[in-house]
Amino acid sequence: MIIHSIFFYFFATIAIISAIMVTASKNTVHSVFFLILDFITISCLFIMIGAEFLGMIMLIVYVGAVAVLFLFVVMMLNVSQQKNTWFSSEKSSTHIPFGLLISLIIFIELIIVVGGWKFKPDLIQSYSSIGVNLNETNTHSIGNVLYTDYIHLFQLGGMILLVSMIGAIVLTFRTRVGVKRQSYIKQISREKDTAVELVNVESKKGVKIDV
Amino acid sequence: MIDYFFQLLDHTYKILFLLIPVLVSVAMVVWLDRRVWAFVQKRRGPNVVGPFGLLQSLADALKYIFKEIIIPASANKVIFILAPIVTMTLALVAWAVIPFSNEFVLADINVGILYLFAISSLGVYGIIMGGWASNSKYPFLGAIRSAAQMVSYEVSIGVIIINVLLIVGSLNLTDIVLAQSKIWFIIPLFPMFIIFFISALAETNRPPFDLPEAEAELVAGYQTEYSGMMYAMFWLGEYANILLMCAMGSILFLGGWLSPIELYPFNLVPSPIWLILKILMLFIIFALVKAIVPRYRYDQLMKLGWKIFLPFSLLWVVLTSSYLFYFDLLPKN
Repeated sequence: MIIHSIFFYFFATIAIISAIMVTASKNTVHSVFFLILDFITISCLFIMIGAEFLGMIMLIVYVGAVAVLFLFVVMMLNVSQQKNTWFSSEKSSTHIPFGLLISLIIFIELIIVVGGWKFKPDLIQSYSSIGVNLNETNTHSIGNVLYTDYIHLFQLGGMILLVSMIGAIVLTFRTRVGVKRQSYIKQISREKDTAVELVNVESKKGVKIDV
Repeated sequence: MIDYFFQLLDHTYKILFLLIPVLVSVAMVVWLDRRVWAFVQKRRGPNVVGPFGLLQSLADALKYIFKEIIIPASANKVIFILAPIVTMTLALVAWAVIPFSNEFVLADINVGILYLFAISSLGVYGIIMGGWASNSKYPFLGAIRSAAQMVSYEVSIGVIIINVLLIVGSLNLTDIVLAQSKIWFIIPLFPMFIIFFISALAETNRPPFDLPEAEAELVAGYQTEYSGMMYAMFWLGEYANILLMCAMGSILFLGGWLSPIELYPFNLVPSPIWLILKILMLFIIFALVKAIVPRYRYDQLMKLGWKIFLPFSLLWVVLTSSYLFYFDLLPKN
């Protein structure tokens, strides 16, 4: 058990330090790298409590896809050389109370959830119909719950994601005129008969070729 | 406490027993790749150092070790050094879950295939870090290209994995192999195998999808500023990744360690040999593709990934699941 605690505190320390570094580091690309480190350590913590499916999904979705796009955008915008003047400028006085308010709300929510779980452990079980079978892998358990009891909520979530994705595409979609496109179907299907023409050039007269 | 120590020692021994053969075979496979490439082009390939040139990779490695490591003055030093380490580490840690036989597997975890998928999707970071930290144009362009390419082809690999999982009903790699004891999945899922193979080519930046390091446009892509041992680590990581993709393909579709026919002479061959033979066969096809096919254009690559492979593999998910549902073949536990 002592080894388990050592590993837990190891990962937890890295997670907290990298979470602080995300906001504190001056270079935006470094911030994204710290965010990735944070995601990875959190997925390690998930695996440590036995939620291996969640840990792997965390790695695949957040680290493998979302953070890559983050990195992509940050690198493309080339904001890496900007100095972070957030804490020193006059602007900060207007932003700090707002940020504090949001973090306070999140903190209170966490206290309610964790406190309820700690002091009334039977509260959650009595309200939900989930019977967790400890003999099957947690992939099976999540699937059993997600695709039976909560199928409508799950599909609703999927629908919202789909709509927002289409919305983002529609908002940023613009047709540009005068773009030259190459269609490889057309390129491959060109035949010798239509593409090449044999012209008999008479001497000293030249030839005019229609394009 | 002393128990933990012995357990640690035991695991270290097992890890070394897996890692050293993998590293040696990566070196050998580089030689094989160059030989196959040469034979297709009617050349001899490396045949001077050692018997049949087998020690060529060793000689190359020695050369890389003794070369100077140059770090560009404007590079971001920490990330520049981290990038090849990340590539190499990620390529090697994924081997932990590959089952070589029924017993011989380092970590028999429940989410083995997800682990493989996660690690291979992390592989893009080595390339992006290297490209960005070099602080020069060609590496950066190469890194951006490869990020887009790898993210696109991961999607279709994920959907193909779902096809296999529907039939097996488990994420454990050993279960996936054992489910193929009657019929290898390459037969019912043959189109998926083809798409998996092409996506694996794109995922490992192999020709014809080697746009991140297209030498005609980008010098050497993300590796341009690297030299000496750091370049060699990128190189080893790349080949370890290719071998890993071959292993993944043979586990998902070619029946892993199972012998092709359950008959007398084939039964005697130890199961790891079968897996190694299958990996080698896939690798030789990888090498042949490199020699035969010209490089894709970038827009063709993206079109192939998003407009052809993704819809087609999604359609196959629907087909597979409806077939399994209709004939009541869905795995139950």
